[in-house]
Formats: sequence, structure tokens, C-alpha cells
Amino acid sequence: MNADTVILILVATITAGVPLIFSALGELVVEKSGVLNLGVEGMMIVGAISGFMVAAESGQLWLGVLAGAGAGMLMALIFAFITLTLMANQVATGLALTIFGIGLSAYMGQAYSSVALEGIKSLHIPLLSDLPVLGQLLFSYDPLVYLALLLFPLLVWFLYHSRGGLVLRAIGESPTSAHALGYPVIRIRYLAVLFGGAMAGIGGAYLSLAYTPLWSEGMTAGRGWIALALVVFATWRPGRVLLGAFLFGGVTIAQFHVQGLGVDIPSQFLSMLPYLATIAVLVLISRNAKTIRLNAPASLGQAFHREVH
Amino acid sequence: MMTNPFTTQRHPRLKTLLGLLLVASSLLLGAAQAEDKLKVGFIYVSPIGDAGWTYQHDTGRKALEEKFGDKIEVKVLDSIPEGAEAERVTRELASSGHKLIFGTSFGYMNPMLKVAKAFPDTHFEHATGYKTTDNLGNYNARFYEGRYLAGMVAGSMTKDNKLGYVAAFPIPEVLQGINAYMLGAQSVNPKIEMNVVWVNSWFDPGREREAADTLIDQGADVITHHTDSTAAVIAAQEKKKYAIAYHSDMSKYGKDAHLTAVTHHWGDYYIKQVQSQLDGTWKPGSIWGGIKDGMVDLAPMNDVVPADVKAKVEEAKGKIKDGSLHPFAGPVVDQDGKEIVAAGSNMSDEDMSKMAFYVKGITGKLPK
Repeated sequence: MNADTVILILVATITAGVPLIFSALGELVVEKSGVLNLGVEGMMIVGAISGFMVAAESGQLWLGVLAGAGAGMLMALIFAFITLTLMANQVATGLALTIFGIGLSAYMGQAYSSVALEGIKSLHIPLLSDLPVLGQLLFSYDPLVYLALLLFPLLVWFLYHSRGGLVLRAIGESPTSAHALGYPVIRIRYLAVLFGGAMAGIGGAYLSLAYTPLWSEGMTAGRGWIALALVVFATWRPGRVLLGAFLFGGVTIAQFHVQGLGVDIPSQFLSMLPYLATIAVLVLISRNAKTIRLNAPASLGQAFHREVH
Repeated sequence: MMTNPFTTQRHPRLKTLLGLLLVASSLLLGAAQAEDKLKVGFIYVSPIGDAGWTYQHDTGRKALEEKFGDKIEVKVLDSIPEGAEAERVTRELASSGHKLIFGTSFGYMNPMLKVAKAFPDTHFEHATGYKTTDNLGNYNARFYEGRYLAGMVAGSMTKDNKLGYVAAFPIPEVLQGINAYMLGAQSVNPKIEMNVVWVNSWFDPGREREAADTLIDQGADVITHHTDSTAAVIAAQEKKKYAIAYHSDMSKYGKDAHLTAVTHHWGDYYIKQVQSQLDGTWKPGSIWGGIKDGMVDLAPMNDVVPADVKAKVEEAKGKIKDGSLHPFAGPVVDQDGKEIVAAGSNMSDEDMSKMAFYVKGITGKLPK
């Protein structure tokens, strides 16, 4: 394996991680506020078809990305209304949201499986893109990749260095105390859930508009579930979400390269690797049980009942 | 005191009588309906979409309806998962008077077998399976014949003598395709090499795309796929390489990249089987049809394919039709140099249905 191959693998790894970064960072914010939304897969796939439809009809790819975010938010709004306002069970509602999203996207997409789109193109930055090695490694992606990478520092700043983030985390730890201090628990949870929906929607739209510019039923193929697992895998830390997304993307890409190079390892075993890696890392992390307990938002998954006087 | 005869025990005989009447009338109605038209059922494993395995079966179904018009009544059920759900759906079709039922996925075999036993008067046709009974037949196509021709196109169009193949699962049907494609390519270009990448999924556009990109990154300039989405063709189009599609013509997804496609055609078979059902001559068959039967073909070739290549492929197609060319005609040598088929003989259908090797020239080891 030469240096060129390594660069190709790294470049492919970055793009493979992008849909996961959007969805998982979105879900991280949701879970930090104490809400568990298992509907990521459903929001992603509705984002994928909505983005694709709008882009195909208007010819505007970026309008498609916005539509993907909007559709994800609408799905999230349904979830928020049922769990936050009506106080239904979050786990059941999230699962229902996924099933609903898969069906809805199939229905919406009936006429679009035959449409061929150009897709969001990689940027070509004069001079920078032409640099040897670095040009390809750093400056050869489509704009959504940079957006995903930009999202990370913004989120870290928001969660750990801003007042809003502090309130959000406080609500995730103890909604009752936060409420007693006068913070609008329900409203902030609504905002967090909507943000998560928008991010999952963009993650889905990335798949249908940039990664594989096409629409076909079930095309998210479980990436929403991987994003959910990533949040736990990362013990609710944004940095580890980012690393985990690249690990997942990278192992998949690497195993294809290993196969193509003719290394004598069964492909079924290689396909299993990303999941094996997740389990291995989870085991390593959870050897220190305290880390997990300290990081999981204490009120995760529990409905908040405002006391009525 | 209530007097409703249906909720009290005072008129049990009236209730039974009414019930019997209901059953009898529905039976009569059903019979009357069945006399009018032959009811035909189709069960698909995935949505119909615009390209792919199920789409091709549905194109056949449309040809069938066009041919028989009002004489038959066709019911289509799509996205039916293999296993218990398939059994339930097959049973439902059989019990609602469908006399001929087509199931088009390998995993429907055992469910259909079970239902076939329970409905001896109903005829079942299963695509790609190997079990038959008195009222269950199966049908399949020799996709490898089309693959051989597509391989000739790929072998003629590659500049770097390197081909790439995105494959789903290492089962005989997929291996027949891989090996026939390679042999076709070698027949026009002995220097050819080929990489195969297994995605272990029939359908996951993201992974198919990643696999296609990997093959291109490793130097393949013509790629093909045995998976269900159009992702490989799209990848080739974006990276300015060539692609050969599978199942359906996918040229609109890559107008420069798409050289041709190995396509499936079921319409004539469906028409023939329905006709024999109408004539009362239906028999459970075990059909493995090829180019000769019109079940496999190549999509129109891209303009970049030179005329002499087209002519060569046409010639080979004619030879496959008349039986003078067999894709697995000996000598067939596997990767390790072992002779699988001796010169002068063709591989038997039985050996092909158990295929588990790579022919010489393919890089990598076959996953076992």
C-alpha cells in the first residue's frame, strides 16, 4: 500500500463520516437536554427524500439541503409535541417516528426513484486544491463536509462555553431544579429536539444530494441507528462523536481497500469490523463505569412533569 | 330483555342458518368471479422503483396484462419480506382465488412450498429457487451469458487493463456472473486483471458507492456491479470512468459512463405460463432460460463503443444463441491454475449451480 492509497482512504473516510457527524452531533444536543429521540433514522430518511425532491424540482441543490433540514425539523416537531407536550414515552415515540419516517419517505419518493441529479460537487479552491498531498487531503471536499467540520467547534463552544449550553446541560441533569430556577424546561427541550431534527435532516440530505446523488427507498440503510450508537459510544462527548464517525467511516472504507488489494481475509469478517470496533471501544470505555455515569445526562429519557399547583 | 337473535342464545338455529347462507353466497360469488377471469398474483421483495430486479419483473407483468387484457386479473404485492410475511401473503393470495402465483425472490421458496402443499389446486411459480412439487415450478435466467458479452465490452474498453466488480454475496449466481464477465473480457484482451469487492448487502447505495470508489481508486477504469442500486454507475460517471450496469438499462444515471447493461426480461415467460394456465396445460417446470429464450439481453451500447467491438459482441451473442459458444467452455482454469473444465467440454448446469471459485486473472481470494 503506497502513500497515494493512504490518502485516498483518508479522503474517503472523511466523506463517509459526514452523514454520521451531522446526525450524531444533533442527537447529542437532544440527549444533553435529557430527551432520547430514537427517531434519527426516520428523520434522516425523510430529510433525504425531501432534500432530493426540492433539489430535483427547483434545480437548486442548496435549497434541497435547506428542505432536508426543514423536513427533519418537522419530524422532530411531531416527536417533541408527543413527548414533551403530551408527555408520552420517548422510546416508543422515537421508534414510531422511525417507522413512520421510512414509510412516509417511500410514499413521498414514489415518483423520484427515476430522477438523476448532478449532486453537490466538490469545491475546487485555486492553488490550495492543487497542492500535492495536502490539496487532496484538506481541500478536495464538497461544502457540506466543511460545514460538518465547522459544526463541531461551534457545538463544543455552545455546550461548554456559553450560557445557553450550561442551561441545556442543567436541564438534562435535573429538569426539576432547572425549572425551580426559572428556566423554561419544555421550551428549551423543544429547541434541542428541533435542532437534532434539522441536523438529522441534513445528514439524510447529504446522502441523497452529495454522497450518492439518487433517491431509493431505504437508502439511509441504518445510518441513523449507527448515529444513535455513536452518541453512547462517545459517552456524550462531542470530540468522541467526531472520532467515532471517522472510525466507522474509515473501517468500512479500509475493508473495501483490503479486499480490492487481494488480502486473504473473508469479506464477511471485514464487514463486521466497524461493529466489532464499536463494541471494543465501548468495552474499553466502560471499564471505567464512572465515566459513563457521569456523562450520561441524569434525566435522559424521562418525561418532565411540571408540577401543577 | 333483549331480543336480538345474534346476541342471545334463543335462536341458535337461525344464527347457524344465516351463517351458512353467508358462506354459501360468498362461495357462489367467488366461484362466479373465478369463472370470469383468471386471477394472477405477483409477490415482489422490494418496491418496484425505476430500475433493478423487481422493476424488470414488473415490466414483464405489464407485458402480461397488455397481452391478456380483460381475460385476467392481476394483483401485485410489493415490498414483501422473505420468511413468515411471504407465507402469509402467499396464503392470502391463494385463498382469495388466485390460481397462478408468481413469487420473485429466492427466500420465498420455502414459504411458497408450504402454501403449495395446502392449496393443491393453485399453481405456484418461484423465481430463482430449486425446489419443485406438483403445483410449484421454478424459473431462472442464465445471467452469466449476458455477463460474458458485457465482459467483452469491458475488456475492449479498458485502457489500463484493470476491471472492478462490486459484488453482493459470494453465492453461485454471483460467482457465475463474475467469472463469465472475466472470461468474456479475457477473450478479447488476455492481459486483463480484475478486482472484486464484496459489500455483503444486496442494497445499500452508500456502501455500493464506497466500493465502486475504492475500485476506481485502485486503478480500475471499467466497473460493474451485482447489487441493486444505481450507485456504481453514478460513481463511474462522476469519476469519468466506464460502468456496465446490471438488471436494467441505467444509462440515464451516467450517460457518458454507461457502456451497456446486462438486462433481464421476464415478459415472454409470464405470457407463456399464463397461456398454459388458461389452456389447462400448466405444468411445474424448472426453467433456466438464457439469451436464446430472450430472458437475458444487453442494453443498447454507448456511442463510445467502437463499431468493431459491437460487431464482435453481436457475433458472440449469435453463437451463444445457437449453442456454439458456451461462456464456461473448457479449458476453464481457476486462480490456482487448477483446470476446472477440460478443453473440448462445457461446464454442466449442475457444476455451474454449485460454482465456488474464481477464474484465473481475478485478484484476491474468494471469501468462503
